[in-house]
Amino acid sequence: MNAVIFFIFAASTLVGAGGVVLARNPVHSALFLVQTLLSVAVLFLLQDAELLAAVQVIVYAGAIVVLFLFVIMLIGVDRREALTETLRFQRPIAVALGAIVLAEIIFLTGHTWATGAATQSGVPITGSTSSGDLGNNIQRVARVLFTDFLWPFELTALLLVVAVVGSVVLARGSGDRSERSIEEPSSTADSESAS
Amino acid sequence: MTGFVLAAIAPITTPSVDWLGVAPVIALGGAGVAIVLARALLRRSAVTTPVCVALGILGVVLAAIFEYRLWHLVRADGAITTMAGMVRVDPFGVFLSVVVLIGTIYALFISVAYLKRESLDAPEYLALVMLSAAGMVAIITANDLIAIFVALEVLSIPLYVLAAFDRRRMASQEAGLKYFVLGAFSSAVFLYGVALTYGATGSTSLTAIGDFLANNTLYEQGTLLAGGALLLAGLGFKVAAVPFHFWTPDVYEGAPTPVTAFMAAATKAAAFAVLIRVFSIAFPLYRTDWKPALWVLAVLTLVVGSVAALVQTDVKRILAYSAIAHSGYILIGFQTGTIAGRQAALLYLLIYTFMAIGTFAVIMLASMTGDDRHSLDDYRGFALQRPVLGGILIFFLLAQAGIPLTGGFIAKLEVFSAAAQSNNYSLLVIGVLAAVVAMFFYLRIALALASPATGGEYFSDRRVDRWSGVVVATAALAVLATGVTPGPFIDWARQAVYFV
Repeated sequence: MNAVIFFIFAASTLVGAGGVVLARNPVHSALFLVQTLLSVAVLFLLQDAELLAAVQVIVYAGAIVVLFLFVIMLIGVDRREALTETLRFQRPIAVALGAIVLAEIIFLTGHTWATGAATQSGVPITGSTSSGDLGNNIQRVARVLFTDFLWPFELTALLLVVAVVGSVVLARGSGDRSERSIEEPSSTADSESAS
Repeated sequence: MTGFVLAAIAPITTPSVDWLGVAPVIALGGAGVAIVLARALLRRSAVTTPVCVALGILGVVLAAIFEYRLWHLVRADGAITTMAGMVRVDPFGVFLSVVVLIGTIYALFISVAYLKRESLDAPEYLALVMLSAAGMVAIITANDLIAIFVALEVLSIPLYVLAAFDRRRMASQEAGLKYFVLGAFSSAVFLYGVALTYGATGSTSLTAIGDFLANNTLYEQGTLLAGGALLLAGLGFKVAAVPFHFWTPDVYEGAPTPVTAFMAAATKAAAFAVLIRVFSIAFPLYRTDWKPALWVLAVLTLVVGSVAALVQTDVKRILAYSAIAHSGYILIGFQTGTIAGRQAALLYLLIYTFMAIGTFAVIMLASMTGDDRHSLDDYRGFALQRPVLGGILIFFLLAQAGIPLTGGFIAKLEVFSAAAQSNNYSLLVIGVLAAVVAMFFYLRIALALASPATGGEYFSDRRVDRWSGVVVATAALAVLATGVTPGPFIDWARQAVYFV
């Protein structure tokens, strides 16, 4: 049963990935991307990675592709413009790099090369070594977030504030004249005499 | 799918939190959030900017009070470890946190007049400075690579925005974009280093990595060494070490001058704190591996920083290269790997904060509205027309060059004597030669300031506002005090070298 589901969605992933590259209309490319991302989410579910599957759907399929679509629709990508390549050796380089990545993946799948302390099936090495059933992976992630990684988790909240303030500052139209204060007349007179 | 039965699962025991240990971060971050809130509630009324400035100062003062209490606490009872081992407050961390706080309060003070002059949005600017400072204090006391990475982003992203803050100026936008692209790249490099280190040791906690490496011999060293190299590259970017320095001149030149001052002083202290902490706590046994790498970094940084500054004609660019060269001296101190070397690096960071902020504060006061012309010719005759301000600027430049009776001399002397004590004479000689070369470009600025004006000069004779006046005066006094009576400062740095 699992194998059948796997092959169906693996094929769907590949078809979607091909569609992203081959589709002529950018909107279709984005929709193919959604197909790929949702299929990968199903593959995650098959691996009992429920949280990752949910994140995949919410963050990638939900937020990022919607952002792509917004950009495509707002800027209105011209079909001809999108297909002219500004980098001259883009294609050969892309093929070469792709081949290298493929070789790396094939090489890595044949080796177990990580050294260091082995984790015994999900028992965290640091901190809270509570015994007993730790629950499924969503509950384990929650457990880790509120124990070992409490501080980075809280700092991330600060990071989100930074992101909001920063994007507001940069996105607002440049040079807000309404607030421009008039310089003291004495100093402008002085600076004119200096220059 | 039986995991959803809650009763079967072990209860979560949340870690104990020592609130005093993280109080400085909360004070600074809280002030940043409060400023955003004040901006939203008060809108554009006349009191918005004063309220935001007051909130910023309040945050720094509160953080300073907490650091004062923490200093006595950790000196008496040893390091405080809290938040499941993610935070480690030790004398080393408190010392550099205080350095960052000094940089932050100075940056706030010199920003007040600047923001008004350039008619920039003060609340957002102040909020970003406070949030960046919170990230800096968090990174200085972080004891885990994941916490370090998150704090690194918290401190860097506000700086990218601040560099681009003056959107009417192309140079500022260019600085922001360059800093962002290269900074994001360096963060990725750092993260890759974290991943490889975790793969090799099974932990991201610095103390756990150190313990693991002390009790185990790795079957294969490659992963760990690659991870350490990538960590060094990622952090080398933040401290502006050559060959990771390419962003520095453009960003220092293009960013609003108070932001440049903040970047030069506070960011450098935070980045060096991480560099020293990671390599001293996690990889002390791999000293023979990282010391040669640091040697190369230090020599390149000294040579390129000092020599490249000679051919520049823009004052802010010269000072950017001088900031690179200063990183080289701090690297010498750390490269020795001894207690004395670390102490010298700490003292250098403290004194450098005063010198850098003081220099950029005067540059800020001297520049005309627009903040876009800083060539040597623009400053010709500045010291003759404005003797006090020009004299102080020359004093700061001489201090950076390392003239006796200034803090800069003591800082360099400590670094060189640490290198001599560890028989590291090659670095010592290169450092002294670099200092001699550096003397030329500092004197070149000083000469331009003191030579008679030829008519092409372009500087302001605006009255010095009260806030910037306080910064310039206290920074100059501090540089003088560290040079004339260095004893207490050296003692303070000596007490701060420990991680326990």
